[in-house]
Amino acid sequence: MFTDFFYLLRAHGLDVSMNEWLSLMEALKLGLCRNSLLEFYYVARGILVKTEADFDKFDETFLRYFEHVQHMEDIPQELMDWLHDPKNMKKYDKDEVDARTTFDLGKLREMLEERLKEQHERHDGGQYWVGTGGTSALGHSGYAATGIRVGGESQHRHALQVAGERNFRDFREDSTLDQRSFQLAFRRLRQLTTRQEGPMDVLNLERTIDETCNNAGYLQLEFDRPRTNDVKVMLLFDSGGSMSPYTKLCSQLFQAVNRANNFKDLRIYYFHNCWYSDLYTDPRCMYGESVETQWVINNLSREYKVIVVGDASMAPSELTWIGGSSYYNRYNNETGLTWLERMHSRFQKMVWFNPIPEAMWQYDYGYQTIEMIGSVVDMYQLTVEGLARGLKKLVSAR
Amino acid sequence: MKEFKGSSSYVVSSDLLRIVNVSIALQKPLLIKGEPGTGKTMLAQAISEALGKKLIIWNIKSTTKAQDGLYVYDTVQRLYDSQFGGEGVDDIGKYIKLGKLGEAFSSDEQVILLIDEIDKADLEFPNDLLWELDKMEFYIPETKQTITAKERPIVIITSNAEKELPDAFLRRCIFHYIAFPDQDMMRDIVHAHYPDIEDHLLDLAMRGFYQVRDLPTVAKKPSTSELLDWLQALRLGGVDPKKIESELPYAGILLKKTEDLTAVKNAKNRPKNGYRW
Repeated sequence: MFTDFFYLLRAHGLDVSMNEWLSLMEALKLGLCRNSLLEFYYVARGILVKTEADFDKFDETFLRYFEHVQHMEDIPQELMDWLHDPKNMKKYDKDEVDARTTFDLGKLREMLEERLKEQHERHDGGQYWVGTGGTSALGHSGYAATGIRVGGESQHRHALQVAGERNFRDFREDSTLDQRSFQLAFRRLRQLTTRQEGPMDVLNLERTIDETCNNAGYLQLEFDRPRTNDVKVMLLFDSGGSMSPYTKLCSQLFQAVNRANNFKDLRIYYFHNCWYSDLYTDPRCMYGESVETQWVINNLSREYKVIVVGDASMAPSELTWIGGSSYYNRYNNETGLTWLERMHSRFQKMVWFNPIPEAMWQYDYGYQTIEMIGSVVDMYQLTVEGLARGLKKLVSAR
Repeated sequence: MKEFKGSSSYVVSSDLLRIVNVSIALQKPLLIKGEPGTGKTMLAQAISEALGKKLIIWNIKSTTKAQDGLYVYDTVQRLYDSQFGGEGVDDIGKYIKLGKLGEAFSSDEQVILLIDEIDKADLEFPNDLLWELDKMEFYIPETKQTITAKERPIVIITSNAEKELPDAFLRRCIFHYIAFPDQDMMRDIVHAHYPDIEDHLLDLAMRGFYQVRDLPTVAKKPSTSELLDWLQALRLGGVDPKKIESELPYAGILLKKTEDLTAVKNAKNRPKNGYRW
């Protein structure tokens, strides 16, 4: 049933597994959806979707798939009135009714449409009309082997309406981040030292107890090598100019990195648009408060993972011209692109996070330089998802 | 099947109600996520009250290990006993202490097991419980004994989304996100706690409360429990309801951070800027 809905969900990036789908089928079999699309919507969402960030995607897909069902539930008000306060069921012969009322869904719909045209009054307890307490396949509070429930237990809201409201749009993961999500994302950036390296200097209490017990109560100390995060990070921030709309975002990222104090080493440098022979140690990019880029490249080991945050938007000349630096009094003898490549060839693990939405990269003011930089360094948008993908790239083996 | 229909002190939204019953029917753990103060923990208590079943709470802390929930083998006690010649040292079973999960499994009646704030624990924690929650059994190698659930407990798991939970774990759960209650729902919740509250006071307080929540500058938004405390304070303090909106008395109950209090104050001082104050 609905197998194409399953594939549609998967096609929309919802990672629904076979097990979950089978659970949903079981729920349907147990009648938990009470033959109502709204119930089905909630049950399906509860079983198939495991984070509120995906609710919106689910709503979208649900709308698309069940759109055509909508008119089925457009029952005239008059008919609904006839179905109020149901009559109790009289005795009936189950076998006889089963034999008479087994239809497929197409036939049932056809029948309902037919009745909608020809029914002009209330009918209860019968076999043919849309009514209550009877053995017709249409109506409610009656019995039939198959049927369409019409009216009855009120459907407070229509499932498609609920899905259509898309209340969970805000939770989508491609929305930008707050500091907490930044911090969480940075927890992914860890590579623990192996048990083979480092000094054995942490007491293993459990093994000590076990061994002491085995040793008839004579103390036997057991030590372990601690596992610590081995990741060294260099953070390069674009500061000033076109970055000012993103100041808040960047300061949150900055604080998150600072608080994620689980790195073995963290270096933070600043640049303006692109770095040349110097990197600044202060966000104001003042002359004098700087280190030579070449020194950084020579002295920091290859293991450093480099995270660049910047909008990569500038005049193309700042990347391609000798002397193209936007500070006219700081002449650069080599082009920005050369410096970029030099940095990357030393530090293979390097990603660039851009606060500009990815969809705009081709159209924004800096489209040329975004493309140029993007061809050297992998660029990701600064969102929960982009950050996760970028950081994954940093810790992956290749 | 017994159905959960809410309880007198816990107002439950219809979609949550559905999901609770679905998870009971499918015998799968129910994972509840939501903003702090939306009553995630209260839900388990309400279910246990409504269904008349015993509630077992397993509070997860950052140091909790999956093993703690199953059983603990108290080797140290056994060692002591052996040195001082205690009785029954050869019976390992005496030193096996069941954890909360073990307790829930070995109960004769069906119980409600609340695993509270599962995201507090280590990243791998939920994965260590996959088998136990799936099959509702675990094996104690020390005594060569298998503890199997006599009656599958109803498992409620809450999470504050501090850490992401592993996929394999999520696939085995039914998921529900408790959204922050809207005004009507909030009114029901308040009435459930203070049935005799004056409508006038409630109206004004609710307006003030949602205005504070809607301020974009407030970082830690006040939640249901804070509103309830605030209402109680307003009633006990005998504050003139007219002043609620203009002065926002006892704002410290709603807002816990100095920045937020200042933000609200600033908003109050700028009456023409779109805010009522």
